[in-house]
Amino acid sequence: MASTIGSHNNLNAKLVLLGDMGAGKSSLVLRFVKGQFLEFQESTIGAAFFSQTLAVNDATVKFEIWDTAGQERYHSLAPMYYRGAAAAIIVYDITSSDSFTRAKKWVQELQKQGNPNMVMALAGNKADLEEKRKVTADEARIYAEENGLFFMETSAKTAANVNDVFHEIAKRLPRAQPTQNPAGMVLVDRPAEGARAASCCS
Amino acid sequence: MDEEYDVIVLGTGLKECILSGLLSVDGLKVLHMDRNDYYGGESSSLNLIQLWKKFRGSDKPPAHLGSSRDYNVDMVPKFIMANGALVRVLIHTDVTKYLYFKAVDGSFVYNKGKVHKVPATDMEALKSPLMGIFEKRRARKFFIYVQDYNENEPKTHEGMDLTRVTTRELIAKYGLDDNTVDFIGHALALHRDDRYLNEPALDTVKRMKLYAESLARFQGGSPYIYPLYGLGELPQAFARLSAVYGGTYMLNKPECKVEFDEEGKVCGVTSEGETAKCKKVVCDPSYLPNKVRKVGKVARAICIMSHPIPNTNESPSVQVILPQKQLGRRSDMYLFCCSYSHNVAPKGKYIAFVSTEAETDQPEIELKPGLDLLGPVDEIFYDTYDRFEPCNEPSLDNCFISTSYDATTHFESTVSDVLNMYSMITGKVLDLNVDLSAASAAEE
Ligand SMILES: Cc1cc2nc3c(=O)[nH]c(=O)nc-3n(C[C@H](O)[C@H](O)[C@H](O)COP(=O)(O)OP(=O)(O)OC[C@H]3O[C@@H](n4cnc5c(N)ncnc54)[C@H](O)[C@@H]3O)c2cc1C
Ligand SMILES: Nc1nc2c(ncn2[C@@H]2O[C@H](COP(=O)(O)OP(=O)(O)OP(=O)(O)O)[C@@H](O)[C@H]2O)c(=O)[nH]1
Ligand SMILES: [Mg+2]
Repeated sequence: MASTIGSHNNLNAKLVLLGDMGAGKSSLVLRFVKGQFLEFQESTIGAAFFSQTLAVNDATVKFEIWDTAGQERYHSLAPMYYRGAAAAIIVYDITSSDSFTRAKKWVQELQKQGNPNMVMALAGNKADLEEKRKVTADEARIYAEENGLFFMETSAKTAANVNDVFHEIAKRLPRAQPTQNPAGMVLVDRPAEGARAASCCS
Repeated sequence: MDEEYDVIVLGTGLKECILSGLLSVDGLKVLHMDRNDYYGGESSSLNLIQLWKKFRGSDKPPAHLGSSRDYNVDMVPKFIMANGALVRVLIHTDVTKYLYFKAVDGSFVYNKGKVHKVPATDMEALKSPLMGIFEKRRARKFFIYVQDYNENEPKTHEGMDLTRVTTRELIAKYGLDDNTVDFIGHALALHRDDRYLNEPALDTVKRMKLYAESLARFQGGSPYIYPLYGLGELPQAFARLSAVYGGTYMLNKPECKVEFDEEGKVCGVTSEGETAKCKKVVCDPSYLPNKVRKVGKVARAICIMSHPIPNTNESPSVQVILPQKQLGRRSDMYLFCCSYSHNVAPKGKYIAFVSTEAETDQPEIELKPGLDLLGPVDEIFYDTYDRFEPCNEPSLDNCFISTSYDATTHFESTVSDVLNMYSMITGKVLDLNVDLSAASAAEE
């Protein structure tokens, strides 16, 4: 499916988050979408689907943000998760070398499964924890360059670079992607308007 | 894994995934495992390489068929009634947000050796070549009666109590001939045999209304919708729902042995030497082969073609029902076709299925009347699979086993099985009274 759909300068883009448990995926989304940070963010339960619109110079981009909902824990992410994704943020925790190793695995997986035009960002999160750092920025930057990702260190806690990651993705999204196929419809539960025959458009 | 769960679900088929989702949303602690390393079990959609592995024992499909990943071939092909129970479940659970749908282009019926569009309204009845001129007028009157019928408004009942009047009697009142009755019963009311004729007419009238209202909803050529990328998306979407509400997912778990205590009640599931404890197990028949019995067999052919099914207005997606009587059989035969327009095949290729409840051991011969309607095919795979139903007593062993998928091309029986299982597991009835007239479709 076309990953970015929309008229003229309005793009819809599905964005997926990947990364080790506890790397801060949900915290990054929460910071970006609601401007909040929770010191004891629970493992993701209940809400794993957000949308947020960003204006970049020539367009507005509506991100549909998919969080993993914990399915990655035992390596059981469904292919539908990647399907049609225009962008991915692979998150690791700069205080954990393991999480960086896992991030590289996710990059490989995306290169295998994902859409070849996908914009990929590598986010070294928890940059506020400088004193506990295990992964250097240089190491990550080199890896990102070699693999065609862009790289930033972020902190969901201080908000450093969080909006910037999403902005940078929005800027890099291909503008007019040819739609392969007339797009499908999403069934929605709209508040009743009385009109019984009101059905879809197409 | 050494934890205690309320429910362990085994197998990620559609039924198991819907249940897993509903139970997680209810706040139960769910562990969901599958022996395969992919979602969907019997209800997954395969790419070309997977298809070749399964049916040809090779992972080298011929190059002329195009790229493997452009194919999503359902293993249990079915269409979704636009106003039906599955759509209610999708909307009730808000799983629709993970899925894209498109209307199915055509709904046809086989009658006296020919394929005809199924007329669903009084206007269509008048145009249909299925009936002669006088029969059309009679059918039109009957359709108008059904359209106007409202259970709560006695004045629309024309003096008949449809909870007592049989379908046969109702139809006799309109003087419809057997031929008309056949397509109304099988292609519109979607009955699978002729028992409905002697049952109260209310059920058939409601089914006809469901068909007509579903048809009106999306202005497609059929009452059906179908997800882009195939039905394999459905179990994944419900699995995601379950995970979002805290369900734990583990694929690629070999064996999955169900453990029982001395009273014969389920107490856990062991895989790879670790046991997870639980109070209840939900699974498909393959995980508890000693607690199911064989109830039938489905015969089917899966075909890759380079053209749509002939005589269906070149429809890129279509259902054709071949009523039992037209073929001299005891059960209906179904044709199902999908293509590029639903992203299940590359441009120019069509995936067609012929399926029926097997009455013999020779699917090639048995499926011939359906296959003859397809014209030349590029590739054909024959397959039969046994259907099982549970024969345990869930109140004694706490095992809740789904029934195998049947040969029909729709989800009627699938959803009712799920809803029944849900009630048995939780003691609650799922209220699916979503306002379907308010539920509409947003174009992406
Ligand atoms: C042949 C057939 C195909 C269907 N296909 C689909 C499909 O593809 N997708 C989908 O989501 N839903 C479909 N439905 C509708 C759905 O399966 C039924 O609503 C569901 O079976 C109800 O099951 P139940 O056990 O909850 O209720 P039941 O006890 O079976 O029925 C509850 C009430 O609903 C009535 N009822 C049951 N089925 C129907 C019906 N089909 N039309 C009108 N009234 C009905 C019954 O007469 C009864 O009054 C189909 C139904 C039929 C008969
Ligand atoms: N100091 C600091 N802590 C953070 C930061 N981002 C997240 N955390 C904390 O790290 C923990 C895990 O964050 P989550 O956002 O839940 O991580 P996740 O990747 O979504 O984890 P799962 O949902 O379990 O896969 C929480 O306690 C957060 O408060 C950050 O930038 N700095
Ligand atoms: Mg999270």
